[in-house]
Amino acid sequence: MKPLSVVVTSVFDIFAWFMIVFGVYVINNGHNTPGGGFQGGAIVATFMSFVLVAYGGKKFMTWAREGAYGALELIGLMAFFAFGCLGFPNAFFYNSLAIPHGGTPLSEWLPYCGTISLMNVAVGAEVVGALSLVVYYMYGSIRMVDTGAGMGGERGHDRFDR
Amino acid sequence: MNVRDHLPAFLVMVPLLGSFLSPVAVSFGKTVRNVFFVAFAALTLLAGAAICVATFGGNILVYVMGGESFALTMPSGMSYPVRILFEIDAFGAVFIFCVSAAAFAGALFSVNYMERFSGWKRFMPLYFLLTAGALGMCATGDMFNFFVFAELASIASFGLTAFWRDKPEAVEAGFKYMFVSQIAAMLLLIATGALYGKYNAVNMGFLASVMESGTMERVVLALIISVTAFRCGAFPMHTHMTDACAEAPCGVTCLLVTVSQASFYGLVRVCYSIFPNLAGGGTVGWLLIVMGSMSMIFGVMMAVIQHDIKRLMGYHSVSQAGYLLTAMGVGLLALGRGGGMEGYGLASIKGGLFHAMNYSFCNGLLFLCAGSLYYATGTRGLDKMGGLARNMPWTAAMFVVAAAGISGLPPFNGFVSKWMIFGSGFAVHPILPALGMVTSVLALASFVKVFQAAFLGPPRAKLIAAREAPYGMLAGMGLLAVLILLLTLFPGWFMGNVFDNAAEALLRPQDYIRAAMGGR
Repeated sequence: MKPLSVVVTSVFDIFAWFMIVFGVYVINNGHNTPGGGFQGGAIVATFMSFVLVAYGGKKFMTWAREGAYGALELIGLMAFFAFGCLGFPNAFFYNSLAIPHGGTPLSEWLPYCGTISLMNVAVGAEVVGALSLVVYYMYGSIRMVDTGAGMGGERGHDRFDR
Repeated sequence: MNVRDHLPAFLVMVPLLGSFLSPVAVSFGKTVRNVFFVAFAALTLLAGAAICVATFGGNILVYVMGGESFALTMPSGMSYPVRILFEIDAFGAVFIFCVSAAAFAGALFSVNYMERFSGWKRFMPLYFLLTAGALGMCATGDMFNFFVFAELASIASFGLTAFWRDKPEAVEAGFKYMFVSQIAAMLLLIATGALYGKYNAVNMGFLASVMESGTMERVVLALIISVTAFRCGAFPMHTHMTDACAEAPCGVTCLLVTVSQASFYGLVRVCYSIFPNLAGGGTVGWLLIVMGSMSMIFGVMMAVIQHDIKRLMGYHSVSQAGYLLTAMGVGLLALGRGGGMEGYGLASIKGGLFHAMNYSFCNGLLFLCAGSLYYATGTRGLDKMGGLARNMPWTAAMFVVAAAGISGLPPFNGFVSKWMIFGSGFAVHPILPALGMVTSVLALASFVKVFQAAFLGPPRAKLIAAREAPYGMLAGMGLLAVLILLLTLFPGWFMGNVFDNAAEALLRPQDYIRAAMGGR
């Protein structure tokens, strides 16, 4: 994919950051307003697809970091799981940090909705990582079909067929 | 914290945690990866077996995700359950055990089988997701979560079907699976949405307690039956199933068999527990019988002519799914007719459940044997194999056990279950046992063909160096073989302690409803 004109890249430079801020807002206010981890995460993750469209494939591949997105995904998933486990011994996913129920010493430092907003943040991180990876892999596979790049080191099926 | 109370949560938590952590485990090297893979699969089996034991004697396990208490189904004076609810009775436990055992056997097998290939970071998470999806389908107590878990399982299924993406057939099979399963998923979602629109709830127990017999309910029942029958691979909606069975890695195919069983569980649950009045009318019973009989006959006829060993087994899966559908159809018809026919219906259901377990273990083992042959010879074509019994005695022996079990040779387990299904099927229509016999004979013929082509005869020059499968693969196969032999040696014990309870739990929807409504 070739980069688009300077008009597009300039608009991207200015507005893409607002999009991230808006996405984070949607993640953090999921317990009050429509939205939440998945929706906000999807908004943030569109950043990478905009990079791809505005700056083209070459720049995209130098900016995108597979490992970083994978780590974001892992951290999000594990945090989500851990917040779910906080519900024990009542039940998995029980909102044990909510102030009316909890009364834990940490209560005043935590959001009043308890684990719900923390889980939103966790899901948000997971979705940002996962959807960015989806864009990364989809573009990667286009490159693979076009140029054969990226297949190196893959030990697939056909090599063992006799 | 009483671990027993939280067993239903652990059942899905363990494979999910396994799935999330697998990429980390893979990066720590081969040994850590293998230990992690087998350990999490073993823990899943442990949870499945513990649930099976906990449901003995007619207990129903209820678990509310996010509740103040795990058993509080209707908090704050609600008149129906609203939260994510797991509800497992003896009937669901049978399928849970099948899935978790097949997942463990497949994991043991895959450790060696997948060693030569890259892509473990993708393989392991998808494998555990598939396990979690199938277990969730059998454990969930509401329609929407059934949809969610079915989606989880099908996404993992088509991911794993297309795992070898350098192989065009695998990509095509994955794409086909994705396309049709997404259509099915949308139909299931529409059905669930229609129920929610009318009854304001998606909880299966609550729906069962208020279900009417109007036009909308008929449409919903038709949608759910077609979707679940499609997912079990019933004729004429079986094409995705045979392709997936042929192209997915063998350890996964063993699990795919039980995933189709989880859909079968959904079908039976919907017909017997949620829509007993509508489904008991005769039409649904005959529909299941016709669909089942056609699956049996066409599945096995297609199997006989195959030359690709995995595709052959895939057609056998279609054929065996036909037995299960027929058994449940006969059960519905016989119970609906009344007048002394109930005994036949009950026998048919028990036979169907027994056969469900036989089917998952025997077909799972057959797929693993096919994988073992492929591992040793590098081909799936029966025409290119020959004389392998000398080099691979264990694989040959286990193939015989599985084939005899599934084709119903006395004294193996398949004989008992088929006898029960067709003994009671005779009461509905005499053609059913005849069809069953023909199917069994053709099944046996196709297995004789496989055995003769692959294991007997003079050794092929190219395959002189073929060696028996490594210990990990043999262990996975051995586990299923032992389970088959146990079912063969102690059918009475299993019938008395497992399948009797399961059939009775299925035929008491009032208990299922009461448990979902918090004992009220």
